[in-house]
Amino acid sequence: MEKMPRWADVLLIPLINLTIAFSISALVILAIGENPVVVVKMMVSGALGSSYGWGYTLYYATNFLFTGLAVAVAFQASLFNIGGEGQAAMGGLGVALVCLFIPFPHWAVALVFAMAGGALFGAIWALIPAYLQAKRGSHIVITTIMFNFIAASLLNYLLVNVLRPTGSMDPSSARFPETTHLPTFHDMLTPFGINFSKAAPVNISLLIGLVMAVAVYFLLWRTRLGYEIRSFGKNQSASVYAGISITKITIVAMMISGGIAGMMAINNTMGESERLIMNSVEGAGFIGIAVALMGRNHPFGVLLAALLFGFLYQGGGEVSLWTKIPRELIIVVQALVIMFTGALDNMVRMPVERAFIRAAKRRKAS
Amino acid sequence: MDLLSILQIFDSAVRLATPLLFACLAGLFSERAGIFDIGLEGKILISAFFSAGVAVLTGSIWLGLIAGLAGSVLFSAMHGLASITFRGNQLISGVALNFLASGLTVLIGEAWFGLGGRSPGLKNAERFLPIELPFAESLSGVPIFGPIYKELISGHTLLVYVALLAVPLSWFVLYRTRFGLRLRAVGENPAAVDTAGISVIKLRYAAMLIAGILCGLAGIYLATGLGAGFGKEMSAGRGYIALAALIFAKWRPWYALGATMLFGLLEAVANRYQNIDLGGFIVPVQFMQALPYIMTVIILAGIVGAAIPPRAGGQPYVKER
Repeated sequence: MEKMPRWADVLLIPLINLTIAFSISALVILAIGENPVVVVKMMVSGALGSSYGWGYTLYYATNFLFTGLAVAVAFQASLFNIGGEGQAAMGGLGVALVCLFIPFPHWAVALVFAMAGGALFGAIWALIPAYLQAKRGSHIVITTIMFNFIAASLLNYLLVNVLRPTGSMDPSSARFPETTHLPTFHDMLTPFGINFSKAAPVNISLLIGLVMAVAVYFLLWRTRLGYEIRSFGKNQSASVYAGISITKITIVAMMISGGIAGMMAINNTMGESERLIMNSVEGAGFIGIAVALMGRNHPFGVLLAALLFGFLYQGGGEVSLWTKIPRELIIVVQALVIMFTGALDNMVRMPVERAFIRAAKRRKAS
Repeated sequence: MDLLSILQIFDSAVRLATPLLFACLAGLFSERAGIFDIGLEGKILISAFFSAGVAVLTGSIWLGLIAGLAGSVLFSAMHGLASITFRGNQLISGVALNFLASGLTVLIGEAWFGLGGRSPGLKNAERFLPIELPFAESLSGVPIFGPIYKELISGHTLLVYVALLAVPLSWFVLYRTRFGLRLRAVGENPAAVDTAGISVIKLRYAAMLIAGILCGLAGIYLATGLGAGFGKEMSAGRGYIALAALIFAKWRPWYALGATMLFGLLEAVANRYQNIDLGGFIVPVQFMQALPYIMTVIILAGIVGAAIPPRAGGQPYVKER
């Protein structure tokens, strides 16, 4: 059987998919009476035209890097983790508890503990759906959706009734102490004489995110566990025959996924808001699905996709300031990316594959 | 608690259960045909928007109804295209459609009305109004039955009665017609249906169409019956609660009525009493809001009897060559 060349699989098809998704987005913009070219220009200048824009772009990209990696790890085991939103929200709770109740001497120590706290809470929130899938056969997609809602209600309760400081009307926790404040790019780059915007929230978490991407790569392609996860994702019955435990891989892969999602909270909760607020995740868990699909569940692809979505998110915010187009434009783009790179992948893949095979046959014949 | 306030809670439960019931039956047809439908939420939202939006622009609820149905059926068709024709991942398609609805409604709403995603409030001609059943006033003096008739049974909008009728109708279609038998078979063993010379693809698209119409009614009721206008994200997770109710109901129409009424009752109670005092222990309102989801997880865990989904659910059908 003839096959498509590898470059077509990893590059050409995703590019065609994205082109379709973005073309339809442009049509949507036209349909509501705005000019897509002007919108794109506005996005570029808003997201990349200043260190302030870059700072927000990279801040959002950090969030999406974490959630994208989380979804990708689960996808590699052919588990669809829609629960990134709830896991990241619970991660925020873990980070907040660590930052509020342990007195830290220095932010570096606080960061290590906060990462552990966020990852632990996120992993536990993924553990229950994973256990139910592995042991009771209940569908992980449904249970992770339910756990998103349960997490939202739980956090709502905790913020209103437990963590809210007395006398405050705002449903959010107290501010974290000074020693847990993470250095932003402004703080990190000033010693080198680079003047980076002070207002932009991008912080050291981005570097942690990059380390996590490398770690996920090593986990998946350089360790025995990673091999087991990928083989489980490709063919379950063959993996069982090879002695891989379904229960173990389902639970471990989901806990890693939930842990990475939970760790996102060092960026938004510890790095940006510096207290736990209501709805702190702001849909980043869901954007992780688009990021993972677009990045083909590979850490490097996820990184590129996270940067693109960071750009879209910040650019979209700018566009909403100056035109009648609301922020929700990004949700439309996100939906179309998920649709065309995920569900409608075959629509592009089948004809492209046929074209390549026909070309190969013709070459052979001549 | 007196009879009247109990009746008012039940009355409000029926209203709140109606969109859930429509959406739950939509999911039932879809999943019984072997297509997972995570996209109920998006279909509710898009039909709510188009029904209210078009009703405002044209001044007619009936044009709004058609627009709402068209929006929902279009989304259903996209789901069919992805999951039947192109054999894509049904869950991913559903998720994408949910986002598409939540983005498009605000985008178009802002372009049409400039109210931050809201539609203007609907006037009476632009919405479904409560129907007073005959003799409701004159019978209200009759003890027990009178108030039940007046408060609970009478005074709902047309769509509430349509939803209640849809339950026996769905049961009849699924269990007493040839189409229903084939539809259920396609969700259990599509290969067998194909062998019998019946098109799996046509049946599944038919299921998508029915699901689109039912889910559209859920959204239309939400925006033009229960409420008077569209609000940003007004579906508020109802599509997911309907999905939960579907599992709760074990994919059966009459059980779906029971499950959605139960979830409607929970919502009505949570709306009426913010915090419930159980002899010193206060049940927080957030717990009541999370209860449908918690109950679904417990059901899924198989603690209260197993819920077994249709066997071919979620798998695209590939014809043998």
